[in-house]
Amino acid sequence: MAKKIVLLPCSGIGKAYGEIGRQAIYEAVGDHRPAEITTTCLAKLMIDDPEAKQLIHENIVITVDGCARDCARKNVETAGKKVDKALRVIEIFKDHRDLKPEGVLELGEPGFKLVHILAEKLGREIDCLERKEQ
Amino acid sequence: MLEEFKQVKVGIIPCNGEEIGEGTLTRFACRRVLDTLRPHDTVTICLPLFIAGDKGERNFAKAFPTITVDGCEKRCSQKSTERLSGRPKHAIVISELLKEHGLEPPQSRQALEEKDQAAVDLVAEEIARKVDEILEKG
Repeated sequence: MAKKIVLLPCSGIGKAYGEIGRQAIYEAVGDHRPAEITTTCLAKLMIDDPEAKQLIHENIVITVDGCARDCARKNVETAGKKVDKALRVIEIFKDHRDLKPEGVLELGEPGFKLVHILAEKLGREIDCLERKEQ
Repeated sequence: MLEEFKQVKVGIIPCNGEEIGEGTLTRFACRRVLDTLRPHDTVTICLPLFIAGDKGERNFAKAFPTITVDGCEKRCSQKSTERLSGRPKHAIVISELLKEHGLEPPQSRQALEEKDQAAVDLVAEEIARKVDEILEKG
């Protein structure tokens, strides 16, 4: 596949949802085909970094936002790219309310269970988008 | 008595750089300040809210004196805060700070190791020092 998959989490730091999205993306980048799946700093889009903008414009983008503010998706769209898939951590959490992260950055076992669930969902979305692309 | 009326808080804005270990360090150092070192004197905002949020959020750097914390020399947090919200009082760049003190950046962006705690301490204490400077000057 010529195009890469770019996974972009939000930069959420007020609640654990941001960290869950971030960790799920690291897991997905590592678990899948690292040559084809990558990430970049969301903040680079805010300063119009040419390399980051080129990366999102030329490839398939999945955003993972912690909450309904959708910072990652909106920042990508402000940079002129429509996202190919937008996920929200809060939606995953609604289906697994028994899993309460222990802290904002220190997720603990329940938080990492959410990370794995989200990473698996990301894996399915990646497979689906790759099939469409072929 | 006057202490009771002190309401000024300092806004801490990390870049959170997802691509590099230094970005992860900005998160841990900032949370250390927010949760442990200066919990009553500091607040934070998710940087991308300057684009995704409303006018109230874009006024963050007008409402609070701010300290930006960037992982690398691109200074995304500092530049975005300046452009979209207001000029920060202090701008910390972790890659430069670690170099000054002879510390290695984290090797992993996913999880910090035990040896990275010295870097977290250094950055968190530097932020706390700048918070104190701002509050002392009023």
